[in-house]
Amino acid sequence: MIWNEQIECMSSNEMRKLQSERLIELVNRVYQNVEFYRIKMDEKGVKPSDIRSIDDISKLPFTNKTDLRDNYPFGLFAAPMKEIVRIHASSGTTGKPTTVGYTKKDIENWQEALARCLTMSGVSSEDIVQVSFGYGLFTGGLGIHFGAENVGCTVIPISAGNTRRQLQLMSDFGSTVLACTPSYALHLADALAEYGYSLSDMKLKTGVFGAEPFSENMRLELEKKWGIKAFDIYGLSEIMGPGVANDCEFHDGLHIHEDLFFPEVVDPKTKEPLPDGRQGELVFTTLTKEGIPLLRYNTHDLTTLNREKCECGRTLVRMKKITGRSDDMLIIRGVNLFPSQIEQVLLEMGETSAHYMLYVDRENNLDILELKVELDESKMVDTIKDLMSLSRKIEHSLHSALGLSVKVTLVEPKSIPRSEGKAVRVIDNRKI
Amino acid sequence: MKIRQLSVFVENKTGHLNQILEVLARNNINIIALTLADSSDFGLLRMLVSDPEKAAEALRAENIAIRIHEVLSLELEGVPGSLSRVLNRFSDNGIAIEYIYAFSFGSKSILVMRPENTEKAIEIIQKFQLKPIYESDLKAQL
Repeated sequence: MIWNEQIECMSSNEMRKLQSERLIELVNRVYQNVEFYRIKMDEKGVKPSDIRSIDDISKLPFTNKTDLRDNYPFGLFAAPMKEIVRIHASSGTTGKPTTVGYTKKDIENWQEALARCLTMSGVSSEDIVQVSFGYGLFTGGLGIHFGAENVGCTVIPISAGNTRRQLQLMSDFGSTVLACTPSYALHLADALAEYGYSLSDMKLKTGVFGAEPFSENMRLELEKKWGIKAFDIYGLSEIMGPGVANDCEFHDGLHIHEDLFFPEVVDPKTKEPLPDGRQGELVFTTLTKEGIPLLRYNTHDLTTLNREKCECGRTLVRMKKITGRSDDMLIIRGVNLFPSQIEQVLLEMGETSAHYMLYVDRENNLDILELKVELDESKMVDTIKDLMSLSRKIEHSLHSALGLSVKVTLVEPKSIPRSEGKAVRVIDNRKI
Repeated sequence: MKIRQLSVFVENKTGHLNQILEVLARNNINIIALTLADSSDFGLLRMLVSDPEKAAEALRAENIAIRIHEVLSLELEGVPGSLSRVLNRFSDNGIAIEYIYAFSFGSKSILVMRPENTEKAIEIIQKFQLKPIYESDLKAQL
């Protein structure tokens, strides 16, 4: 099934025409309404009238995550607050979150993109969808929720966590679709027996997994463990949330809703656009967004683009499954984490040195973080109680700043290796 | 009655304690008493040594986290019940004790303790005429 055949199977000429119209309108709108872009375009010597088609997109300036931070909270919004109907936010690099706003039309477009993704995954109005992504400021839960309602599914807004209840409702309500992070889906599968369930108690047939990268092997493992069809849903809150792209039943790349989110792949060093098939940083321009439209936003996800028509009949450009990034951002249980955030917390606390090593691992399919941090010689205490309360205090501060649980272990001063070049701060032992 | 004690942070790693002891040996520092408290992540080594300042300097030079802290020391009678009697003096007067250890030195039984409130503990020692031990008492026997 195809949700919107007109768009999803559009000829490349028609698509470029549609993208061109939308880009021209977008550039005019941001130039008028967003000072940040007006200044950036003026600096580059680009006027809205220079943008005559989608081919002119490379004349436009890039946007980075730091630009969202610098304009926190609403500086990049292009619509007045009375037209903004929802705010979402994700953790930023320096304690301030990255904020995004949606107009009514943005929410409708998001629902449209998600309806296409879910239909691509074989989901229909007959399905009962268990949304086990977190609800709240994170886009995962509410995003999938509204998309599934748009398709006409029965939605169970259970949110993330509480394994026992997840399995109980999955069995009692007969959920046919599970939407969550791939690592949580594996965790739930492994917990079945522990809570006295077997696969025959479940009616699950489809998994829509995302918010963290996972390999094709892991997708196949999920299919095998659950006896389902598993799909990869891609997205990021800056662009919209989940639903920017999704793979179809042929699993040969993820179809990008390019009428809404125009993708480019650029060279990580020169930032020059690369031809299809070459790997680089994935960059998006939000063609229709009103709340916080972004020009050429660099996701730092590494991928390649493929414009060949897919066996499923869709002509939408496909991106290869994301397996790496060009920066040091980690995705832990679906939460974005930059090592610099940890440094920031340690420096603010000032009770240890800022030398640390972060170990990332996966236990029972859940990401776990351990932070080794050097004790400050001048702050040495003489009771176990005080040392333990210091590590608990750091754990607490990290949890409130990052939204993640971190186990903190104190180590001796100067015991963490100093490097002369780029410091190695993270050891990621996860197999994804 | 106040004596200087060395507290050393020890990571849970095989052979690590010995590295610390070797630093003391190389610097010709004698250990009078030693106790090691452990947690799941690290240990805390507490020592009375012949020269606390010199020991601290030598350990710091090896990037070992240490602290010199004043603790209280008393001589105990070498008879059953003497420790209990001494501790009763403190608990009866509402003074909690963070940690305690004891050792024999020459013919003496010596108690080391860190009360929550040192000044109040000293008042009790004086009031009940408990027998204090000074660093000079320990050094005299080395």
